Amino acid sequence: MELFVFLVCGMICLGGALGVVAFRNPVHNALSLVATLFGIAVLFIAQEADFLAAVQVVVYAGAIVVLFLFVIMLLGVDRAEAMESEAIAGQRPVAAAVGLGIAGLGLIVLLAGGDGITGQVASAGDRSSDRAQVDELADLLFTDYVFAFEITAALLTIAVVGAVMLTLTPVGADDSLIDDDEPIVPLGREGVIPPADGGTDKLPPAADDDALDARADGAEAGDGAAAEAEVDV
Amino acid sequence: MEITASWYLVLGTLLFAVGAVGLLIRRNPLVMFMCVELMLNAVNLTFVTFSRALDDVRGEVVVFFVLVVAAAEVVIGLGIIVAIFRRRDGATSDDLSLLRG
Repeated sequence: MELFVFLVCGMICLGGALGVVAFRNPVHNALSLVATLFGIAVLFIAQEADFLAAVQVVVYAGAIVVLFLFVIMLLGVDRAEAMESEAIAGQRPVAAAVGLGIAGLGLIVLLAGGDGITGQVASAGDRSSDRAQVDELADLLFTDYVFAFEITAALLTIAVVGAVMLTLTPVGADDSLIDDDEPIVPLGREGVIPPADGGTDKLPPAADDDALDARADGAEAGDGAAAEAEVDV
Repeated sequence: MEITASWYLVLGTLLFAVGAVGLLIRRNPLVMFMCVELMLNAVNLTFVTFSRALDDVRGEVVVFFVLVVAAAEVVIGLGIIVAIFRRRDGATSDDLSLLRG
């Protein structure tokens, strides 16, 4: 039975994870993330961590992913990312090598070592005692780990205050710290921005002429057009 | 067939690797954040696995703290992303080369 649960949930988790990486639309990424989080919640239950499974669903699937979706909808960035080109030459092969390295080395250690989880079995916080596991968790949380618990309270308060500060616009101030006149220079293109007086002779590929022109015009006019010229790298 | 702790650890390793690759190849800051969440969840899964294997509930306490820190991190990260996107529509992580604004 546990084999069946593990296989189904493992495939859901891995499929969701691949969806997060591979889908081009951020909304699809967020929904794939929900699949992975639910799969992991079920695996928590399979490992008798009931409380954590509930917290996982409530906090992750209920709050964090909704926050992601809210930001996606709020900003209107639910459009596809250009995945055809690499920003840095050789980025994808290097990323694939890193991923294969992590997975390969981890699997070698796990599988070559046999079933080798070693360690001292706990003397306190016994997981298989008769008491409910939430009681054990609460006991530890409010005795041994009470200081860490207090620190997380401070952390959450700081996070809330920081989030408010980040979105707060002081009365009478310019509502942005970003200089509107500053052009957005895509990586590797620092040298090809034309001067503001419109010297277009040095512009490279034809496909980008419009974007670069728009940026130059915007810089000239001093409005926000520079920031809005959509540039595909 | 018996499911041992190693199976869960293998799954956690694969999830972590997928999240790491996604973090390296994606350029949308939102999606990069989702990949970070994937990696955190993979680690949580290994913590719970070790907690059961060693019969020690302290592993679950750590998972609890990781959840709290992840929530705080997402709040701040999304706040920064919103602040950036409000001025620069369609920015990718490549455009964010300045440590101001």
